[in-house]
Amino acid sequence: MSILIDKNTKVIVQGITGSTGWFHTEQSRAYGTNIVGGVTPGKGGTDIEGIPVFDTVSEAVEKTGANASVIYVPPAFAADAIMEATDAGVDIVITITEGIPVVDMIKVKRFMEGKTTRLIGPNCPGVITPEECKIGIMPGYIHKRGHVGVVSRSGTLTYEAVGQLSNEGIGQSTAVGIGGDPVNGTSFIDVLKLFNDDPDTHAVMMIGEIGGTAEEEAAEWIKENMTKPVAGFIGGQTAPPGKRMGHAGAIISGGKGTAKEKISSLEAAGVKVADTPAVMGETLISALKEKGIYDKCVTHEV
Amino acid sequence: MNIHEYQGKEILRSYGVAVPNGKVAFSVEEAVEAAEQLNSNVSVVKAQIHAGGRGKAGGVKVAKTKDEVRTYADEILGKTLVTHQTGPEGKEVKRLLIEEGCDIKQEYYIGLVVDRATSSVVMMASEEGGTEIEEVAEKTPEKIFQEVIDPIVGLMPYQARRLAFNINIPNDLIKESVKFMLGLYQVFIEKDCSIAEINPLVTTGDGRVMALDAKLNFDSNALYRQKEVYEYRDLDEEDEKEIEASKYDLSYISLDGNIGCMVNGAGLAMATMDIIKYYDGEPANFLDVGGGASAEKVTEAFKIILSDTNVQGIYVNIFGGIMKCDVIADGIIAATKEAGLKIPLVVRLEGTNVERGKQMLEQSGLNITAADSMADGAEKIVSQVK
Repeated sequence: MSILIDKNTKVIVQGITGSTGWFHTEQSRAYGTNIVGGVTPGKGGTDIEGIPVFDTVSEAVEKTGANASVIYVPPAFAADAIMEATDAGVDIVITITEGIPVVDMIKVKRFMEGKTTRLIGPNCPGVITPEECKIGIMPGYIHKRGHVGVVSRSGTLTYEAVGQLSNEGIGQSTAVGIGGDPVNGTSFIDVLKLFNDDPDTHAVMMIGEIGGTAEEEAAEWIKENMTKPVAGFIGGQTAPPGKRMGHAGAIISGGKGTAKEKISSLEAAGVKVADTPAVMGETLISALKEKGIYDKCVTHEV
Repeated sequence: MNIHEYQGKEILRSYGVAVPNGKVAFSVEEAVEAAEQLNSNVSVVKAQIHAGGRGKAGGVKVAKTKDEVRTYADEILGKTLVTHQTGPEGKEVKRLLIEEGCDIKQEYYIGLVVDRATSSVVMMASEEGGTEIEEVAEKTPEKIFQEVIDPIVGLMPYQARRLAFNINIPNDLIKESVKFMLGLYQVFIEKDCSIAEINPLVTTGDGRVMALDAKLNFDSNALYRQKEVYEYRDLDEEDEKEIEASKYDLSYISLDGNIGCMVNGAGLAMATMDIIKYYDGEPANFLDVGGGASAEKVTEAFKIILSDTNVQGIYVNIFGGIMKCDVIADGIIAATKEAGLKIPLVVRLEGTNVERGKQMLEQSGLNITAADSMADGAEKIVSQVK
């Protein structure tokens, strides 16, 4: 088992004919992902190395039965692309695109209210269920199939955490990049809930960073609901104040948003927080050992 | 992106949002001329820098005569203002706003921000105008009122009215206040603001409601469609290296340390600073080369790091996803060949095309220390710099 995507997921790629879109489509296909089609307006009816290209997402969904879409289109067109995928009724739309104006994302979120499509991202590496399905830009080879769920706001820090886990013989159930933008589709809590309900996930690695209060809210949820051990890391402990955090943004959250605040909220919720990004894997392993589930989580020899 | 107060007021004025009459001046002569044209009993001479706290630092003066305007303009222009937002080095004043004085009855606060929790724009208001809103939030949070705005219909008049009543704006000025708030929201959305803060909003003796100060910040992701806003950019207000970096779409922030960092991904870049500090080193910068960088972009990033004379060693930490390691290697080799490399360089590469990248660095004949992990690299660069 896993969350969000698995070997049965049928994926279409929006922006398949762009250089980034095509590079990662090839990588995903080589990984074993079931890429059933692509969408580039004006290029419908053609194919790209055997993958059929459609003019619209609804046509692609109708002809291929796709239930997932991944978006590589440029930022100016990305909001429209997300709404098109939502309108076509895919279960999940994973948006890799970085740099979408926040006003556009606010409209997208409102558009998606009450609809069944889940948005992951934007500005994220994507989602991977190791050895089954890779949707996004993460390097596939570092992931190993297993029982630790990974959720993160940062792409490269996710790779770092996954790499450390795999090097220690700990495989992952699913790794989810929720993205680094202030307005995104899926929150830490959404993903934690899914991992909590997934019988094949035994523990979770959660990676946050400064700004906003998503980690504090997740900590509250973990305290009340999480039945599985969680280890964490917060990036930006040494970031200078005022450089990254929105000045007025901190007011709404009552002065919350620093790494220090996030770490103490997580620790108060029983989450083990890694001191440095180099020991994220170690920290999770010590949590597994404390709960007596380490052996259950070792999936491969190293 | 930040702009000056006078530029923010120009935008507000163009939307019919009330601001005092005023003119920008780049010299003492222009300042006096502006005051003559405004022809008000009292003029205010205001330093224009991208930082708050100007009043306390002596950057805002009230002049009762033309001679006083001349005296104050002469005093403030060229002066380095040190406020709580400029850092200890302060900022030199190169522009002034000459504004008509007004008879202030009461000061309020109005602000618009993007609230992550509700994925909406939120308008905040308080009757504690003139005070830093963070301070109000900490001491008297009950004095801050908020309205979450539905993007489909925008800020509704009833919401603006509710805010105006909540912050005790007098009954006869409610209508004017509502008009002000609706206009401000329109500016926020149409100009892709990230923050629009009016502190203070004032009511005057002659029954007006207007913005005495205006702080507008803009969403850098949206600048591609905000050409007019982009033209307000003042390079004098920015760090030279940060300007250079922005030309190549690199995210760079100058810091005080001596270890230059080049990393892909904002999270990993922050974490790299964290780990350098953990091993008792001091990062010289935050630099995220971003996804999908070309070799040229990497070369430019490298040159920017090397242009910082404080840098005594460089740590390259790449975990490639969208970023390919061979492209990074190519950029490093080109940059070091072009700019010369006289300081230690530690490179940690992982991710897409990692073997090719490593091989290229090895075969380059350059004096590069390879690192096996993030911690290994941080330890190595810190020990080589000390």
